[in-house]
Amino acid sequence: MAEKMELHEVEVWDGNMAASHALRQAQVDVVAAYPITPSTPIVQNYSQFLADGQVDGEFVMVESEHAAMSGCVGAAAAGGRVATATSSQGFALMSEVLYQAAGMRLPIVLCVVNRALASPLNVNGDHSDMYMGRDAGWINLCSYNPQEAYDLTLMSFKIGEDLDVRLPVMMHQDGFICSHTAQSVRALDDDSAYKFVGDYIPKNPMLDFEKPVTYGSQTEEDWHFEHKARQHNDHMNSFPVIERVFKEFKELTGREYNLVEKYHMDDAEIALVALGTTVESAILTAEELRKEGIKAGVVSLRVLRPFPFIQIAEALKGVKAVATLDRSLPGGALGMLYNEITASLYHSEHRPLVTNYIYGLGGRDMTIGHLKEVFKETKANADAGKLTVPIQQFIGLRGPKLTFY
Amino acid sequence: MTEIRWHSRAGQGAVTGAKGLADVIAGTGKEVQAFAFYGSAKRGAAMTAYNRIDDKPIRNHEKYMRPDFVFVIDPGLTYIADICLNEKDDTKYIITTHLSKEELLKSKPELEGKSVHVLDCIKISQETIGKPIPNAPMLGAYIKVSGVLEIDYFLDSFKKVLGKKLPQKIIDANMVAIKRAYDEVN
Repeated sequence: MAEKMELHEVEVWDGNMAASHALRQAQVDVVAAYPITPSTPIVQNYSQFLADGQVDGEFVMVESEHAAMSGCVGAAAAGGRVATATSSQGFALMSEVLYQAAGMRLPIVLCVVNRALASPLNVNGDHSDMYMGRDAGWINLCSYNPQEAYDLTLMSFKIGEDLDVRLPVMMHQDGFICSHTAQSVRALDDDSAYKFVGDYIPKNPMLDFEKPVTYGSQTEEDWHFEHKARQHNDHMNSFPVIERVFKEFKELTGREYNLVEKYHMDDAEIALVALGTTVESAILTAEELRKEGIKAGVVSLRVLRPFPFIQIAEALKGVKAVATLDRSLPGGALGMLYNEITASLYHSEHRPLVTNYIYGLGGRDMTIGHLKEVFKETKANADAGKLTVPIQQFIGLRGPKLTFY
Repeated sequence: MTEIRWHSRAGQGAVTGAKGLADVIAGTGKEVQAFAFYGSAKRGAAMTAYNRIDDKPIRNHEKYMRPDFVFVIDPGLTYIADICLNEKDDTKYIITTHLSKEELLKSKPELEGKSVHVLDCIKISQETIGKPIPNAPMLGAYIKVSGVLEIDYFLDSFKKVLGKKLPQKIIDANMVAIKRAYDEVN
């Protein structure tokens, strides 16, 4: 039986340590992992907890991230609570198995510490890995700071393992800016955290020899489509479960989470949409601009997949202009947030002006100064009633100004 | 909001120092943030670490900072790193050096007229801890210059922070180093 840890009311943890404690408190049965910067400390801390007798589980050292996720698939199919962590190139190497995990309906929790994808090689934070995996059929949750990395990792187990969902969950945090930034974190005590997550409920476990099952079978034209459609259906219908888990978490901790987060949006004329740590910097910027009389607001997707198509349009209802900020550059296209949010707004009665800003690739700093510029350009669009700038621009990029459309 | 920038060489303990300071300050009910610029950090490379301290939750995630305090824990960095970058009118500098304050200002005229405090963190850590790890002495100097906490409270809290990782003998040496730095900074 694992020893309990006494935690202080306020711990100073970085995002990695916060995620590790969530894994420990959820009493994950199996972690199969291959370390990669900046997510390494998550699995390293878990292995330390295991060695110190603070968690009952198995740590499986493997030879690659492909093997790490394969080990997770095997352990989850066998009937255990499973988690791991990765970033960037490791995430890319896992990608084949990410689709398998989702297709086999295995509620694995993957702590993704977002980092740029090579080439050129770069260890710092951007959302290239998140964007690469967004179609893999996983639920995707996004955090802004170590507190949220802790909260959402705990909630990931409860969401993915719900019998109506039964899908794997990625919990994203920004590499270094969150993962290696120590901040005040208020954690639950071990008993309350475990009680919240609950015992793991196996579904069709391979180790139930009374009821043999097959995982990863082949289905050709006869059944493949039905399987994928069923998977999509349950993914799309996971919103109520996610919202219920958010509500239960609020009742326990007072900390509120929503599918789409809104800040200063009640009377906002202009809004920024972003993901990750940038959201909080943008909130601060909006508050400063409000002192100058600019009615600025901020919107973020707490849940990137399933995509809250209705809720995002609802959140932006009433604003005149929106700037979508993508920390990844989908090759040869506009940013993902631009494309997906514009699609959502197309069906709303009210269609604000929408622009796209690419920023922060490879860890390039997103300053309050930059955010002010974006808000001011967005305000100019709102005042003019038309776009006064090109649709796609780049923030913090050196060299000649680069724009498209 | 109090903002601190550390100038250090990778391996001198700036990240540990920044996180340790955050840990102690969090115990007083304030909100804290500690981070660093890593890059592909190699031992000995010049690097920076940062602290933010505030009464309300810290939501600023930009790396850009106009520091209230600049800590230089390696004596050579005063001359090769841009320690005055993004300074404010009242930025306070705490610099480790074997020079007197007058000698330091003469060798680094850019610091003339600024709030500069000096001590030799390298010598203090060598003589107390037995290794040139200047992070803990810098914290003692900060407590003196800022007056943010009573030194006894700081020592008591920091002892608990170190207790999570280090043996008693090293903790005791750190306590002596911090107290000496507190007394010697000027």
